[in-house]
Amino acid sequence: MTATSTANNQEQVSAVRTLTLGGAINAGLRAAMERDPKVLLMGEDIGALGGVFRVTDGLHKDFGERRVIDTPLAESGIVGTAIGMSFRGYRPVLEIQFDGFIFPAFDQITTSLAKLHYRTQGKLTVPLVIRVPYAGHIGAIEHHSESPEALFAHTAGLRIISPATPQDGYDMIQQAIASPDPVLFFEPKARYWDKGEVDSTRVTAQLDGINGASKGTAEMSRARVAREGSDVTLLAYGPTVRLAMQTAVAAAEDGVSIEVIDLRSISPFDYETILASVKKTGRAVVVHEAPAAYGTGSELAAHIGEHAFFRLHAPVMRVGGFHTPYPGSKFEHEYLPSLDRVLDAIDKVMAH
Amino acid sequence: MAGIGPLSEEGLVRLLDHTGTRVADERFGPYVEHLTVEDLRGFWRDMMLTRAFDNEATSLQRQGELGLWVASLGQEAAQIGSGRALREPDYVFPSYREHGVALTRGVDMPSILRVFRGLEHSSWDPAAHSFHIYTLVIGAHTLHAVGYAQAMDWDGLVGSGDPTKDGAVICYFGDGATSQGDVNEAMVFASVNTAPIVFFIQNNQFAISESTTRQSKVPLAQRAVGFGIPSVRVDGNDVVAVHAVTRWAMEHARSGAGPVVIEALTYRMGAHTTSDDPTRYRSSADEDYWRERDPIARVETYLRGLGELPEDFEASVLAEGKEMGRTTREAVRSWETAPVSSMFDHVYAEPHSLVDAERAWFTTYEASFADVEAK
Repeated sequence: MTATSTANNQEQVSAVRTLTLGGAINAGLRAAMERDPKVLLMGEDIGALGGVFRVTDGLHKDFGERRVIDTPLAESGIVGTAIGMSFRGYRPVLEIQFDGFIFPAFDQITTSLAKLHYRTQGKLTVPLVIRVPYAGHIGAIEHHSESPEALFAHTAGLRIISPATPQDGYDMIQQAIASPDPVLFFEPKARYWDKGEVDSTRVTAQLDGINGASKGTAEMSRARVAREGSDVTLLAYGPTVRLAMQTAVAAAEDGVSIEVIDLRSISPFDYETILASVKKTGRAVVVHEAPAAYGTGSELAAHIGEHAFFRLHAPVMRVGGFHTPYPGSKFEHEYLPSLDRVLDAIDKVMAH
Repeated sequence: MAGIGPLSEEGLVRLLDHTGTRVADERFGPYVEHLTVEDLRGFWRDMMLTRAFDNEATSLQRQGELGLWVASLGQEAAQIGSGRALREPDYVFPSYREHGVALTRGVDMPSILRVFRGLEHSSWDPAAHSFHIYTLVIGAHTLHAVGYAQAMDWDGLVGSGDPTKDGAVICYFGDGATSQGDVNEAMVFASVNTAPIVFFIQNNQFAISESTTRQSKVPLAQRAVGFGIPSVRVDGNDVVAVHAVTRWAMEHARSGAGPVVIEALTYRMGAHTTSDDPTRYRSSADEDYWRERDPIARVETYLRGLGELPEDFEASVLAEGKEMGRTTREAVRSWETAPVSSMFDHVYAEPHSLVDAERAWFTTYEASFADVEAK
């Protein structure tokens, strides 16, 4: 082994770090800001405090108050002014402090942000990223545990993605920022402290390369087979991917082989990967924290029914929250999908 | 008629009254001292052309060529007076009734009607004219305007002292919009960020059928005080006064001193849109009062009094207006509808598999009829 190759190997080794999901998103934001001086961060308490979850920790100190902006406490104002900045080539990355507080900005997101590219026949692009810490399991008071992704997925013009692992947190936030389309980036807040290995080299090479933004957009839109199996396809994203993996382990003890798909992208869904798996297993269960009714799982079930009906052994099952407001945190364990409830759905599809 | 509360004449800046008489104003007079009679004739011409275009559009709607039209009738002074106070580096965020401002920014006027014929949602290139597309969501664009203004500041286009470089944003909206949360948030963001923006309120006294008295107890310009933004009320039917206050406000914003609010008190002489019926909510006496205050008539009277509206000039402007009507009519009738599948274009900048799948399905579906017809 020559001295040069040793040095290269060391460089590659040092590119792999163990990070929490929150730390990985922080590192991804830093990398994006270093890559492109037009990237700036806006939100409430994201400056000196580093955000209520500390996801922007240290960035205010290193990049200054022009690029890490503490905004007035007004979500519509944050999204609306960022849209105007994007007309001059800026790439604002916004933090909505909690899922349940995105609604003052709903109008700006659905009537302006989502439609401007279409309304101008492509003359304007609006490359905003809206980071939304979402979902439950943190014992919070109301409005701090919701999963509103379906409300946005229903609007054409938005891309909706959600990472489940630190590697995806690091890669996908950078791909979202590089994408010319507006992206809602849903961060499973209960998973912020989960650790995993993060290799920084691949996304860097991708985004620094030719057509990096296009490649990045395509890649963040693809699902990932998180575990291979043959009896049931278990579809999950964001906060429920870990639950799906636990379910697969538990089911394996009963001799049921589960294929776990981490969807990663909600708009668009990667139907190629989804249908390939469902056609193989003949059974599908969707699990998400958002209410099951009218949800993303309903869309998946309908699509699978339309495109793989004769390959199915059982109806597609949904496991999700109930059609109630998010209850007090003493009830959230029962409200949210649990291992038992997912296993119950697995039993039902395996009965066919 | 002259009103109370938000419709009072309290503090209105006026330089040319409705009888066509010049009024002195120590503060704003100097901002129009440079105006020549040629300039005033130019304002008159722009207002006449705006009205000619506007009237033609109303006719085209009545003839079934447009789905809807929103007339600017009566608001020509507010729009031309302010529009002609702008410079090359300035950027405009209109609402949806600013046809006069569009004229001052060199927008191809007939193309405005493409939206109202249902061909597309906007027709001009915002960057080419420094004139953003129309926004129908009341007040939503005020936030975009503030963000744009902040970015102009970051890009070094404000407060350098170089008049060829320094610019500011002007954002138009109406009395109804001032009740919107977005407009209030826009003023908060503009104020704390010292953004180079002029908020231009055309108080045309109506939000469809509702009087401004349903939006506010006080003149709208007073709202600015709470945001820490300087403001001015102006007679919106006085093109000279509007020009003066807009020059002042834009200079303030371009210098880096922060936002300004202008409230131009005018009157929507026509209906809200061609679908509206103002006889249900306002009196003909009210309409008569304001007809006497027609913004175009007072400039005409003034110029005539000076002997500065020669017959040949007047005839040439009337001919130009007629010509604009003709070209507008011809343009509207010549437009072809794009292929239906184009409705799938530009939803996203990068490919989106769902849109691609639906486009492919639709194309196949359409083609299936061609097969049937062929048989």
